[in-house]
Amino acid sequence: MLKRVHFPTSALPYLLVAPQIIITLVFFIWPASQAMYQSFLIEDAFGLGTEFVWFENFQILATDHHYLASFQRTAVFSVLVAALSMGFALILAGFAQRVVRGAMFYRTMLIWPYAVAPVLAGALWVFMFNPTLGIFPYFLEFAGITWNHYLNGTQAMALVILAAAWKQVAYNFLFYLAAMQSIPNSVIEAAAIDGAGPARRFWTIIFPLISPTTFFLLVINMVYAFFETFGIIHAVTQGGPGTSTTILVYKVFNDGFVGLDLGGSAAQSVVLMVLVIAMTVVQFRFVERKVAY
Amino acid sequence: MVENRPLTAFLTHLVLILGVIAIALPVWITFVASTHDALRMNQAPLPLWPGDYFLVNMKQTLFGSGLSGTESAPVWLMLLNSLAMALMISTGKIAISLLSAFAIVYFKFPFRMGFFWMIFITLMLPVEVRILPTFEVVANLGLLNSYWGLSIPLIASATATFMFRQVFLTVPDELLESARIDGAGPLRFFFDILLPLSRTNIAALFVILFIFGWNQYLWPLLITTDTSMTTIVMSIKQMLEAAEQSPQWNIIMTTALLAMIPPVFVVIAMQKLFVQGLTETDK
Repeated sequence: MLKRVHFPTSALPYLLVAPQIIITLVFFIWPASQAMYQSFLIEDAFGLGTEFVWFENFQILATDHHYLASFQRTAVFSVLVAALSMGFALILAGFAQRVVRGAMFYRTMLIWPYAVAPVLAGALWVFMFNPTLGIFPYFLEFAGITWNHYLNGTQAMALVILAAAWKQVAYNFLFYLAAMQSIPNSVIEAAAIDGAGPARRFWTIIFPLISPTTFFLLVINMVYAFFETFGIIHAVTQGGPGTSTTILVYKVFNDGFVGLDLGGSAAQSVVLMVLVIAMTVVQFRFVERKVAY
Repeated sequence: MVENRPLTAFLTHLVLILGVIAIALPVWITFVASTHDALRMNQAPLPLWPGDYFLVNMKQTLFGSGLSGTESAPVWLMLLNSLAMALMISTGKIAISLLSAFAIVYFKFPFRMGFFWMIFITLMLPVEVRILPTFEVVANLGLLNSYWGLSIPLIASATATFMFRQVFLTVPDELLESARIDGAGPLRFFFDILLPLSRTNIAALFVILFIFGWNQYLWPLLITTDTSMTTIVMSIKQMLEAAEQSPQWNIIMTTALLAMIPPVFVVIAMQKLFVQGLTETDK
């Protein structure tokens, strides 16, 4: 942690950490504690006074079926986004690590969507699935499916999942590819000599060996689906139709900025904070294990 | 490859090419949309092959009034705003993280670990979970609608600090010893030895942070109300809303294309640094 040889104590180190610490205090710790404090308050109907109510906001949340439904929806959304993008990335990486000629080309062509902002990913997909003009609804019509994600909640959910997963494939692909390339060739060759074909080698050797990466990516993808997909939801469906795509992050924003329910929104923030902390702890415990592994 | 089977090799390339096509399809359709005129873009089925209006659309999007019937800043200004925000966020994050990592690794001072944990906590507080109170702080400081408001609240960085800490810990102690024998003070050591040694790490981190900064959405959406401060990424949403009344998909998709070209270019042009940065910061 600290160097064996270091500089003597002076005022300098305080000056060096000052910018980072001041920004952390002003824009992170203070607002977070404010959110925590506000989650204990309820504003009266006219916005004139506030009352300290301890955990009442949380009790309201726990019994609010809109909130519980949103929780469930977020779980479905994030599991599907993670499964879809990780599955797709795993298949592509499994094939890409076998390629010698053109490996660089494939990698470049598969990682660039990382740089596309979530809201842009949403815009591209909403354009492709535009009910009156889009390409996919046009073809789906032939299959007898009428596509209108402005009216059909399931279709809206499918659309945001597709857009969110599409953007994340690049990230998962890169990490899977790196993990597969770090497996010693001798292991693969030994299996091949014993008569295992490519598919069998993949499932019995490669896939188990990269399981730490799978776990790591699972956590990262859950965090991504929980928090970073706000832009996609906001651009594509605005939580609708009805509340069929209102995931937790969107609900915090909507209740706070549009509904102006400060206490309720703050309580939701606190719940989300607890979730992030849990995920970060899981992620860091995993990193420690990887070092030992 | 372990064995040489032409059929498996063929299958491998086939799957990969299909994957590349599936990944590129949304952007291809966007590109095609940016090469037709508004009239063609209002007839289903939409074209799948480029037309010849690309330059016209580009010119109208960049320097024209943009989407007709909306009050918005010209797109070239939005691109500049995005660039300024991305550069301020990335250089700001790198600068303050370098300094704090230097202090934490090379100095022994009271509350050192306290500061370290304070920085660590920021990992657990993404903007999304503290939207309202952070907005209030920025409003009270009078930073709404300014570049400072767009960038400063985002530049605290635990990941960058950890990464530089990791890099500094691998620097041999002998370097510091000899620097001190030669009479170099802490700042001299920092600028003449540590900075040059961590050059590639800084570059790799810069690539990642530039993309992070460019792609910010929720934050600029909250704190800019003045159209002259709009960033390109957030303008897409406003255009999509306007599209519900008067669809001008050629202009919207040209804007979308312009919004993604800079970060995608950075990834492709600096692929090696990008991969290094991504794997280093996300451990």
